[in-house]
Amino acid sequence: MLLVFAITAGVIFACGVYLMLRRSMVRLIIGLSLLTYAVNLLIFSMDDLGTRGAPIIDSTPPEQMADPLPQALILTSIVISFGVLAFTLALGYRASQAIQSDNLDDLKSTDDEV
Amino acid sequence: MQIWIILPLLVPLLTGVSALIRYRKIRRTFVMAGTFVNMMVSLFILFHLRNGGVFVSQMGGHPAPYGISIVVDTLSAILLAVTGIMAFAITLYSHGTIDANRERFAYYPLLAFLLMGINFSFLSGDLFTLYVAFEVMLMSSFVLLTLGGERPQLGGGMNYVTLNLISSTIFLIAAGLTYAVAGTLNLADLAQRLSGLPAPGITTLLAGLFLIAFGIKAAIFPLFFWLPESYHTPPIAITALFGGILTKVGIYSMWRILVMIFPQDLTYLQPLILTIAALTMITGVLGAIAQTEIRRLLSFHIVSQIGYLMMGMGLLTTVSLTGAVFFMVHVIFAKTVLFLISGITHKMQGSYELKQLGGFQKSHPLVAVLFLLAALSLAGVPPLPGFWAKLILIQAGLESQQYGIVAVALIVSILTLFSMTKIWHEVFWKTAKIETLIEKKSANRQVRWLMAPTVLLIAFIILLGIFAEPVYQISRQAALGILEPSAYVEGVLLLEENDQ
Repeated sequence: MLLVFAITAGVIFACGVYLMLRRSMVRLIIGLSLLTYAVNLLIFSMDDLGTRGAPIIDSTPPEQMADPLPQALILTSIVISFGVLAFTLALGYRASQAIQSDNLDDLKSTDDEV
Repeated sequence: MQIWIILPLLVPLLTGVSALIRYRKIRRTFVMAGTFVNMMVSLFILFHLRNGGVFVSQMGGHPAPYGISIVVDTLSAILLAVTGIMAFAITLYSHGTIDANRERFAYYPLLAFLLMGINFSFLSGDLFTLYVAFEVMLMSSFVLLTLGGERPQLGGGMNYVTLNLISSTIFLIAAGLTYAVAGTLNLADLAQRLSGLPAPGITTLLAGLFLIAFGIKAAIFPLFFWLPESYHTPPIAITALFGGILTKVGIYSMWRILVMIFPQDLTYLQPLILTIAALTMITGVLGAIAQTEIRRLLSFHIVSQIGYLMMGMGLLTTVSLTGAVFFMVHVIFAKTVLFLISGITHKMQGSYELKQLGGFQKSHPLVAVLFLLAALSLAGVPPLPGFWAKLILIQAGLESQQYGIVAVALIVSILTLFSMTKIWHEVFWKTAKIETLIEKKSANRQVRWLMAPTVLLIAFIILLGIFAEPVYQISRQAALGILEPSAYVEGVLLLEENDQ
């Protein structure tokens, strides 16, 4: 189970980095959000996967409980990455409107108006 | 329970919320009052922690390694105080420079939330809270950097956002792996559990990941390219705040985590860190020399100064860290003042280009004197604080027999002085080529909001130089606090026994 998680996280990481290395703004944003998904998987695999019950008092004996902390971390991280994604999408939209293209290289000349 | 140490979080939050009000005058009064109260609270905390010690507050009353701990030690207190002063100065400065449009789109609330994020990073007692604090800070800084949506801002903002998100991702990976290794995220608990482990091992990997994650934020040598690409694009008040504080939050986290939790790995990585420090100094200052636009030139100097802070961490002695803390305080003031002055010259002559500016020592001698003080302090000329800080750092280098890094530090100081004389010559000595936009009489009224904070910060720089001995003692307490974290560990972890 851990091996499956490791490979999946690795593949998502690879996809994310590959997309970020393209010159397209949309791919950059998708790549960034893929990276955060990969990290979430990685944090999730910190606990013994699928061998323990839900960490709810009275429903699972304490020694069989899964560690709730990684799940709490992932939940927070998902919320944060959602906010960040919303912002990067807005920024990407404004930028693509300003340069009339999706190509990041067109954005490079930061001193045009100085 | 010292619950009042959450005031540096609460005050900026309330300030930010109250600054959402529509009426311009009330809003400005709120923001000014809020940042002033925050400054006073932070100075009060520093006053109490000047001789070392730790204040801890467990959020929600959950005992230490399980709940969220808010911790202040001397290092945090120093940075809280400096940030508080800086935020107040920038608020005053913003009154004179931020256009109505930006102000209408929540400029002041964002400033307050940024302040909250920065304070939060200094107060965090565990890794994940630190991550959340970073995100609060980053989100506000993203919006502040791109607020207004001018084209250079969008380009610079895209760089800044991407690199900082990658850095956050690496930080999160490192935090997750640390939890897998140690089973805890509390800094005090980690310091207790990990600091005894043998050097090249799993903790070295973690230390390396943290070094990269914070290195991107702090703009160390191979990872700094986002900084000169983006920092010169927003309005000058924002550039000054970012240039003064944000990279130092990265350095602070690096010290807090690497020095306190992974000291043995840091010793193992010493050659690498000293090399990075030297290259950061050199590339930063050479980049600065090549620039002809004030804001870009100063942005490269930020990178160069980060090298000195890395040097202090790399040498890893009490003296070197004392010097680095002193240097950090001084460089935050000096750097911000230089940006503020470039804003004043821009207000008067409408340009940031060295070629077009000129004649300020005749038309505005006060501005020239202020610039000279800040610039000489940055380069390290004797009575000013920059000299004392560099002296301590270089002494530490000689004591550790790291002559290479000492030589680099000295050469870079001279090059810093050289690039400062370049600005001095072009902006202040050279006769003016363009008409000064603001006539002298009305200048007083328009520039008042700009001059007041600049003079305030310069006064602090002079005070730091005169009272170098007390500052040295406080910096030493801060350095001892992270080098020998027993007080920190006991303060955070023993509290659970007191509570129960």
